[in-house]
Amino acid sequence: MSGFPPAGDPPAGDPAAADPAATGDPATGDPVAGDPAAAVADAHRREWAFVLAATARVAGDIDMAEECVQDAYVAALDAWSRQGVPRNPAAWLTTAARRRAIDAHRRDRTLRSKLPLLIEPGSPPVAAPPPAGEEAPEDDVIPDDRLRLVFTCCHPALAREAQVALTLRLVCGLTTAEIAQAFLVSEPTMAARVTRAKKKISAARIAYRVPEEAELPDRLDAVLTVVHLLYTTGHTAPAGENLVRGDLVERAIALARMLRTLMPDEREVRGLLALLLLTDARRATRADSGGRLLLLEEQDRSRWDRPAIGEGAALVTGALRGGRPGRFALQAAIAALHAEAPSYSDTDWPQILLLYDALSLVWTSPVVALNRAVALAMAEGPEAGLAGIADLERDGHLAGYRYLPAAKADLLRRLGRHAEAAQAYREALELTGNEAEHSFLSGRLSEVTGPVPD
Amino acid sequence: MAQYAILIYEDESSYADASPEVWQQMMEAHGRFSQQVGEKGGKILGGEALQPTSTATSIRGDVVTDGPFAETKEALGGFYLIEARDLDHALDIAKLCPAPGGGVEVRPVMDVSGG
Repeated sequence: MSGFPPAGDPPAGDPAAADPAATGDPATGDPVAGDPAAAVADAHRREWAFVLAATARVAGDIDMAEECVQDAYVAALDAWSRQGVPRNPAAWLTTAARRRAIDAHRRDRTLRSKLPLLIEPGSPPVAAPPPAGEEAPEDDVIPDDRLRLVFTCCHPALAREAQVALTLRLVCGLTTAEIAQAFLVSEPTMAARVTRAKKKISAARIAYRVPEEAELPDRLDAVLTVVHLLYTTGHTAPAGENLVRGDLVERAIALARMLRTLMPDEREVRGLLALLLLTDARRATRADSGGRLLLLEEQDRSRWDRPAIGEGAALVTGALRGGRPGRFALQAAIAALHAEAPSYSDTDWPQILLLYDALSLVWTSPVVALNRAVALAMAEGPEAGLAGIADLERDGHLAGYRYLPAAKADLLRRLGRHAEAAQAYREALELTGNEAEHSFLSGRLSEVTGPVPD
Repeated sequence: MAQYAILIYEDESSYADASPEVWQQMMEAHGRFSQQVGEKGGKILGGEALQPTSTATSIRGDVVTDGPFAETKEALGGFYLIEARDLDHALDIAKLCPAPGGGVEVRPVMDVSGG
């Protein structure tokens, strides 16, 4: 699944249809000839968020909406086998799921808790079921509620890990087992996390809405942070044999594309998508055939994904324009400079340093400070970089962060200070749980201890 | 509208030997807060300030002990019961609640009416 789920392409003429990445995709509109099971699987991947978001409003309850949507997918398999795949699978699924939700309300209106799970300010919390006989027509305009769903999942009153879990579950349609696997926790643990988050949405009345203009920057930042976290979790699997967990990476990029479609004017959304594309363009070269981690300077640049870099760089231009750029735009700009440089040494390090300076103004992060120190070392020499790292060691915010001793070790190695470098490599080794990183650091350690015994 | 409790947690030592002026300021701050809640479209249904934890008595089972239920740096020192549209509205209101020696916790009130 290297492509992009336009995630929706609903009947109302969603702007997704205008997205270049969506064109030429066989499953986004025209009748799909062939395998109904494949069409259902495809619709699950692409349309889940759209269908669930639209159903949630009618159901007024996330659990019930999920059930109805699941049922609709099951029904689709049968119906599409008999009648063929509909022209607009998302509309078909949404209509089916919403009907189920309305029926369920009619059936057990009195049994359900009177506390609605999803609150829509300014309107009755639960859309009143239409009178019998008045069904939503097939080609009625279905509202695109995906943003409501995303902002609800990433509400700041939920813990970050709950935001991440809910996003994967409700927006991406992953099962609890799949999410548990992705984050290396047991299934019961993840199930409890999801249940607790849903309960809080209900009991504390977290509104099912898109934030207002004034609160949007902060709320959007939370959403982008969740997507970025998904990406980085996939990009450097925190433990285990594989450095990259492709499924998470692709889910994150798909989410970023969806957000870009839904919020085309938000520069930070553009910045995030650019950052993910530019970083992911180097995915194939991040480790060698033996799984050993390759540094940026060792990577085979001819194997970088040029179309992805082109797309990312174009997005960066738009993300930087029009006022003070945000942190994702700046990070993407840095990634673009790396991606477009002919070699590591021929990279525009002074420009990268300037971007890091701008970045540290909008986003105080010791990790940014560390990267800035590395850029400083490249622009002005390892000594300058080491001084920056010494500052970071003193302030202590990065204690336990494995890239701090790793970066320090590298600079010391460059300066020929092997004994100190060995010490720093050992520190870094103790902090990493990723096998590819471990073997990289071990290799470097034996390099500096080999010729000059410690 | 739903009900939320705003629980005020503060370091009691900051009030231990507060001057009358400080108390006066505190009272005024809470007076302003009451007004702001209305301006925000919410409603205060109730609320009290509590005597410090040194006056508390705890009972667990049959055992009565002198002191608060849990010893914490910041202790429950007062509360409001408010009415708000949803959590965002409640948080919006709670952010205005004075708690210079700590902070506040917002808890939805369980609706048990007619359940």
